[in-house]
Amino acid sequence: MSSALEKAKAPPADVPRDGPGLSGPVLEARLARTWGRPRGLIGWLSSVDHKDIGRRYIVTALTFLALAGALALIMRLQLAKPENDLVGAARYNEIFTMHGTTMMFLFAVPVMQGVQIYLTPLMIGTRAMAFPRLTAVSFYLYLAGGCLLWVAFILNIAPDIGWFAYPPLSGPQYGVGKRPDIWAQMVTFTEVASLAAAVTLIATILKQRAPGMSLARMPLYVWTTLVTSLMVVFSMPAVALASSLLLSDRLVGTHFYNPAEGGDALLWQHLFWFFGHPEVYIIFLPATGFVSEIVATFSRRSIVFYPVVVLSVVATGILAFGLWVHHMFATGLPRVGYSFYTAASISVSIPTALQIFCWIATLWEGRPRLQVPLLYVIGFIITFVIGGLTGVMIAAVPLDLQLHDTYFIVAHFHYVLIGGAVFPLLGAITYWFPKFTGRMMSEKIGKLGFWMLFLGFQLAFFPMHVAGIYGMPRRVYTYPAGMGLEWPNLLSSLGSLVVALAVLLFVLNMVRSALGGRRAAANPWDGSSLEWATQSPPADYNFAHIPVVESRAPLWGSRDHLPVVHGLRVDDRELLLTTVMDAVPDVREPSAQPSPWPFISSVAISVMFIGSILSPWALVVGAIPATIAMAAWFWPKGPPELEPTIS
Amino acid sequence: MTRLAHRLIALPLGFLSACAGNQNAMGGQGLESANFIVLFLVFLAVCAVMYLLVLAGLGIALRRRRDAGQANSVDEDRHEETSARTKVALIVWTGLVTVGLTILTVASFFSDRSNASSTRRSGLALTITGNQWWWNVQYDTSDPSASVRTANEIHLPVNVPVHVTLKSNDVIHSFWVPNLAGKQDLIPGRQTDIELLPRRTGVFHGQCAEFCGVQHTRMALDVIVEPLDDFRRWYAQQLATAPAPTTRLQMAGYRYFVTRECSSCHNVAGSPAGGQIGPDLTHVASRRSIGAGTLPLNRGNLYGWIADPQSHKPGSRMPTIPMEPRDLHSLVAYIETLK
Repeated sequence: MSSALEKAKAPPADVPRDGPGLSGPVLEARLARTWGRPRGLIGWLSSVDHKDIGRRYIVTALTFLALAGALALIMRLQLAKPENDLVGAARYNEIFTMHGTTMMFLFAVPVMQGVQIYLTPLMIGTRAMAFPRLTAVSFYLYLAGGCLLWVAFILNIAPDIGWFAYPPLSGPQYGVGKRPDIWAQMVTFTEVASLAAAVTLIATILKQRAPGMSLARMPLYVWTTLVTSLMVVFSMPAVALASSLLLSDRLVGTHFYNPAEGGDALLWQHLFWFFGHPEVYIIFLPATGFVSEIVATFSRRSIVFYPVVVLSVVATGILAFGLWVHHMFATGLPRVGYSFYTAASISVSIPTALQIFCWIATLWEGRPRLQVPLLYVIGFIITFVIGGLTGVMIAAVPLDLQLHDTYFIVAHFHYVLIGGAVFPLLGAITYWFPKFTGRMMSEKIGKLGFWMLFLGFQLAFFPMHVAGIYGMPRRVYTYPAGMGLEWPNLLSSLGSLVVALAVLLFVLNMVRSALGGRRAAANPWDGSSLEWATQSPPADYNFAHIPVVESRAPLWGSRDHLPVVHGLRVDDRELLLTTVMDAVPDVREPSAQPSPWPFISSVAISVMFIGSILSPWALVVGAIPATIAMAAWFWPKGPPELEPTIS
Repeated sequence: MTRLAHRLIALPLGFLSACAGNQNAMGGQGLESANFIVLFLVFLAVCAVMYLLVLAGLGIALRRRRDAGQANSVDEDRHEETSARTKVALIVWTGLVTVGLTILTVASFFSDRSNASSTRRSGLALTITGNQWWWNVQYDTSDPSASVRTANEIHLPVNVPVHVTLKSNDVIHSFWVPNLAGKQDLIPGRQTDIELLPRRTGVFHGQCAEFCGVQHTRMALDVIVEPLDDFRRWYAQQLATAPAPTTRLQMAGYRYFVTRECSSCHNVAGSPAGGQIGPDLTHVASRRSIGAGTLPLNRGNLYGWIADPQSHKPGSRMPTIPMEPRDLHSLVAYIETLK
């Protein structure tokens, strides 16, 4: 037994490893063979490469962004003039439900996780995610959830209960047909997907950082990834519980939300917002990570006060869990309790104010070059701060009681989510596009697109503040003339057309550049972090040799002589694990081979989830194929002594 | 103070403020709404200062003159250097933000306290019950025979504190008359309340502010704030039972009303029609609108609404009932007597 353990710890010495004797093109060819994926459709479905999965995540999420954006345009056309009858009441309710649900569950969170899955291993200098097959399952389940919702929309059985699905409106008595069930099960899909992605990211970041990349040297983007993934782990179970209770109310006649039988309609709101508020920061914090990376590169200096930025991100992540009641100020909870949530909600702006200071100070101390990614960051600061300040306003109970559920709130959160997350995201796509595709995006079209988006956005969303103050509630399909709402709504509708054109221009720029853009070198922007140390786009194995990190900006400190470690197998997938705090090399760990079983398991799980909309027995019957598929996935591949060991 | 505040806020909002209607958070005709304007201005001022500071910092950072001698590439040794001035600035900024936000938190707390305490002595109590998609209004009195029931329209005496109890019969709604006060949800299985103190007379408009189903949009109500004498007159008139129909046409309408579908949902006090599912129609002709704010009340709209409520308010619980033109004609004649 002990000899078997010894053997596992120290595999035979005759296997080929990278090193001075094996490097250059010979090494690269052998690594490409080891880390490549099989050809054909099966190979495509078997891929466990984080770059493949991340890319699929991003493309799918952007597709959902386009679909939900098209719905937004329809809503703006309907609201362009009072008493318009372009869209009827019932259809309008479906459309705004689809818009909100798609944007929150199928675009914003997944696109951030997709970029995280793509970039994290590259930024920390490793070759794969910690659980590559789980990452693949995460994408397939997310895709299945999105398809469920949109196929339902095409079949005219889409949810019409708002993206927040408050019972009793979504309950068995008032939520007719299968519409709310489809919503709740879509939530199940996306929450399983994002939990899977989050645990994978956490394990990857904590155990697979390049030697020397202690927590204090981690890129800021990786810090935001770590914090948001932990937030996903703590917040998603709340909505998982909420939607499961709702489904069981609807499907098997429990009464969790039914006041007539001792249930409580407000229980839903607590559970939902305990997830829903952190979710906003799950979307926003990765965007601050983009901003930190872009500001550093384009100021040509490191971010000022790195510890302040890190602590701000961590503090935001913690405070985000103490604010949910500010979504419920009008529900009649005790007033003294409200003042605590007011104080907490206002105080969450302090860490963000510190981050904004650090970015501006970095620009101040550095030598900024105004290229498209930095333009998006500037647009982000100008826009997001307005959203943050209106957020401070609605944290105050007396202000919120007037502004809550009006277009003022619609303006507020679009400033926060578009200004605070989409602007940085578009900057990030422009910034990392050469890494994703090996080609640069057009600077000229990029600048035009930025200005159209920035100005169109202000035109579309600023008037909504006025509409809200003039008494326009959210989620109304029309409004009467004479309330002062004609001009604000018309301007918003015009602005939304400009935004749509700008987004179209961005997409055209992406497609055009991906096909025929200027070829990119490994480090076209002179960035400082490890993803720029490998070619664009990276090879399947990411790095020929695992880099060693000696500072926070490894590529700036040791420009042409990035130190590396040797000794990982080249004939089999092997990763280097390091210690959690200081990233001292710890163990060598085999990494999973491509396999079609994650895909097959996802199909089985999807059938089970979708079937359970129709009958609770689907969970019992559907568990059988899912179990078989996962048994095949986890089937031991070799003698136990060759399985990985933790030492 | 509040009027000045109103002017100050109206100016930056520009010409748009001129065309604001009577459903306006900047109206300030109630105590809570007036407090809102003051607090909103305080927040706006502090936030504007912070925003300008951020913009100024950003603008200067981008346009600052740099040493011409510096190369375009990153300086390997100095890319982490931070000047002492920046460190001081960080401390000053943190202090400023913290002080600013503390002021706002305290201001919010006192405004909330003022809203909660100064209307404690209620002179009038009513219960509003939310239904998909209309408001049931009941004036609460110790003597049940002196209690008025109506729908979708509230009359309030000016300068009299009002305690409103809020309930819901189905899903969650939210009571919101912005000119008077902020909103308060109506939650099935719970009882919530809101205090109103109207300070100026006028006709104001309210609307459901929590998404409550297909016709969330058309769930409005009118609030008439009037001098106490006018209110008493109105109340006495509402307390009376419906007048008996007089003309032959009205008689026919009355018969139709009490013998056909109408009476299974609607109540007309003083007649056999005692339905409790829909709005009370005892004095419907004295109200300003039909269908919870869907249409202004006039003869033409009454015809249209009764003939086909589903085309005016699709999804409404009131079905479209096929009827002969003469029945419609007599029904409208009868309903017009319900003043």
